[in-house]
Amino acid sequence: MALDSKVPEGPIKDKWTTYKDNINLVNPANKRHIDIIVVGTGLAGGSAAATLAELGYNVKAFAYQDSPRRAHSIAAQGGINAAKNYMGDGDSNYRLFYDTVKGGDYRSREANVYRLAEVSGNIIDQCVAQGVPFARDYGGLLDNRSFGGVLVSRTFYAKGQTGQQLLLGAYSAMNRQIARGKIEMFNRHEMLDVVKVDGKARGIIARNLITGEIERHSAHAVVIATGGYGNVYFLSTNAMGSNATAAWKIHKKGAYFANPCFTQIHPTCIPRSGDYQSKLTLMSESLRNDGRIWVPAKLEDAKAIQQGKLKPTDIAEEDRDYYLERRYPAFGNLVPRDVASRAAKERCDAGYGVNGTGEAVYLDFASAFVRYGKEQAKIHGIKNASDAEIKKLGQGIIESKYGNLFQMYEKIIAENPYETPMMIYPATHYTMGGVWVDYNLMTTVEGLYCIGEANFSDHGANRLGASALMQGLADGYFVLPYTIGDYLSNDIRTGKISTETKEFDEVEKEVRDRIEFFINNEGTKSVDHFHKRLGKVMWDKVGMSRNAKDLTEAMAEIKAIREEFWKEVKVPGTANEMNVELEKAGRVADFLELGELFAKDALERNESCGGHFREESVELDGEQKGEAKRNDKDYAFVSAWEYKGEPADAVLHKEELEFKDIELKQRSYK
Amino acid sequence: MDLTLKIWRQKDSQDKGQMVDYKVTDISEHMSFLEMMDVLNEQLVNTGEEPVAFDHDCREGICGMCSLYINGEAHGPDRGITTCQLHMRMFNDGDTITIEPWRAAAFPVIKDLIVDRMAFERIQQAGGYISVNTSGNTQDANSLPISKHAADEAMDAATCIGCGACVASCKNSSAMLFVGAKVSQYALLPQGQVEAADRVKNMVAQMDLEGFGNCTNTGACEVECPKGISLENIARMNREFMSANIKG
Repeated sequence: MALDSKVPEGPIKDKWTTYKDNINLVNPANKRHIDIIVVGTGLAGGSAAATLAELGYNVKAFAYQDSPRRAHSIAAQGGINAAKNYMGDGDSNYRLFYDTVKGGDYRSREANVYRLAEVSGNIIDQCVAQGVPFARDYGGLLDNRSFGGVLVSRTFYAKGQTGQQLLLGAYSAMNRQIARGKIEMFNRHEMLDVVKVDGKARGIIARNLITGEIERHSAHAVVIATGGYGNVYFLSTNAMGSNATAAWKIHKKGAYFANPCFTQIHPTCIPRSGDYQSKLTLMSESLRNDGRIWVPAKLEDAKAIQQGKLKPTDIAEEDRDYYLERRYPAFGNLVPRDVASRAAKERCDAGYGVNGTGEAVYLDFASAFVRYGKEQAKIHGIKNASDAEIKKLGQGIIESKYGNLFQMYEKIIAENPYETPMMIYPATHYTMGGVWVDYNLMTTVEGLYCIGEANFSDHGANRLGASALMQGLADGYFVLPYTIGDYLSNDIRTGKISTETKEFDEVEKEVRDRIEFFINNEGTKSVDHFHKRLGKVMWDKVGMSRNAKDLTEAMAEIKAIREEFWKEVKVPGTANEMNVELEKAGRVADFLELGELFAKDALERNESCGGHFREESVELDGEQKGEAKRNDKDYAFVSAWEYKGEPADAVLHKEELEFKDIELKQRSYK
Repeated sequence: MDLTLKIWRQKDSQDKGQMVDYKVTDISEHMSFLEMMDVLNEQLVNTGEEPVAFDHDCREGICGMCSLYINGEAHGPDRGITTCQLHMRMFNDGDTITIEPWRAAAFPVIKDLIVDRMAFERIQQAGGYISVNTSGNTQDANSLPISKHAADEAMDAATCIGCGACVASCKNSSAMLFVGAKVSQYALLPQGQVEAADRVKNMVAQMDLEGFGNCTNTGACEVECPKGISLENIARMNREFMSANIKG
């Protein structure tokens, strides 16, 4: 099947408006007879469910947690971008569009990104109307801060809990519709497969996680909003339950999977402490506004720190290497995430890492304390303030900005980050790749949509900070409600979709068979055992730096782990009860397939772009020596993979990317 | 360190349930409490026993899923944190640790340490929102200045993660800190004032219907709240509730 992105004609600035003016609408009386299933209720799914219900559709929403408010969107800390230009620093829709395409290393679809920038301002208006308590200045107006990869301040925030507050906003909008009966909410339910009738998505099979009951749900359209697949690495900043099952199941039923190798390794996470580690914790990128990143400049100092003989505060200023400021003077500590992560890895690989494992760098706030402290001393008219007083005043400001992050750090590491620099190290955080969708956010299966992190569309090969929340809400509040209406306008005469059909019978049987297999398999090893092994292969060979040899090996190793998994996995308990191991088994089975396709995609793409760094493709000389080298001649396309049984047999379809409004050039943050 | 764990096991909501003893060994002080539980569960799976079911998800203190009552305290002995942020350095070698689910009539046990918190959902559905549709032509966000003080206070109330520790800690199983935080967030902001009276009345009515107890000002909820939600929120809710009823 040839990929058709369905991008409307016309100048980029007019595409979305013209599109909205010309689509088919469903009249309010007919909307009452149309059902929509939304799987996943984070920012994208929650906002979509609420908006679709407000419009009058009957929505069934599914979440594996006990409340939509607990989706992992809640963990996003730093903020949400919008091209409001409240700061008057030259921001505009075009600039947000440009920054996003450039930040994504020219591997995203221009028309989608422009639309994203275009609706970004509306998101802030909507959230404020809902009562989201964004940070404000003393004049009562909204405050902004800056994030990596951009030269303006366009990030709106609610302390270090922006994702939480936005999700609570979407959740409150959902609650209003649940109370009206327009959303039927299925908490503690997991979608286990999609049902197609005559080639169109018409329902899902879900498991009630409390009773184990297998349920059939039908609808005129199905929306997948289940987030990313970062947990393929086992250790990531994702929630423990975050999984790719819904996305992978629809892939196996005909939805192409795009750019799986585009994964974001976030530079500022709390380093790993031991083998028992279950997850990694993110420290918001916003900290890079005020923190300076460094490692010792001398190898002997680094060694002494690793052995616990020296403390970071013992290292003199001239013996510190602020390597981001050194390598990238224009952007300094605010280079994009992929660049910052690789730079940290480079220093640690060279032996300059700073904790016991040698895998950490410092994020130091000492100079920010002084800078803010002096400012405060002036504001409050304190003359001849001592260094200690200045530091204290400055710490107060940092606390008001990032207090919860500092507290979180102290609880995990048991060190006070106001007194000693934080230790950070990169960790898997976000997946830019995902289910392929067209301009309408529809997958290659008719009537099956994919929104938020679960799709691939807007971030190219690298996502800029504070853009995930923007995309999730843009898709859910402002894009999908239009595009899905255009599709559903053809369904007004269809009537209720029956679940008593052979299509539902067949898919339910597949689901039941798999559950029975897990329960009856007399294996010897736990699900986590396999998940950890998969994660290690992914991190070692498909991690921050990749090469053909490692990737080929990774594919073979993942396949071998998968085969062993199906022989040896052990799941205690029964199918007809709450069974956490059974839930995990299904998810890890899917990760074991996705991981192999991930490696295959990384092998196929022999260029370095964004979060995907191929050692074979670097600049050999000039100012950019050693930096990633993109290859636009051969790889300016989206890889969309079609499922053919084994992941290794997946067939590649290319969506060529055209850049009409932005000139392709090498990203330079120097 | 080596530990003895006394854990509440209950097969399902119908089962009577009981405390069961387990041993874990070689626990590192750097582990989180839930990582220690992972070690126990891996041990149980390997011996063919059913692992202990407990709620958890983000493991960074923000989703509000985790909900363990440890040694008689919601979220354990440390302050200002959730169970997932509790670290084993708070315990000593040889300790016996008692782990129970939230105990409240309005939070029935689903399995082992997992409780049903749907009562919180229904309270919020009763009025915890501002009635505004998504239209794309809402007024510009900066056309409504809000004093920094009010915005910050609303934010403090809004940080509630809905974990239920307040209910579990209260001798009356009162949900007033939770409902107070929700009511306060909206009461402090100018948006949604037109429906403020209905909101507080409906939310309080639903809270009573769910079987939560009343507040007797012991302040245990505030002490155990992982997000530091203050008792002021209860006072504010009472004020809102009273004025809503006086106005009729």
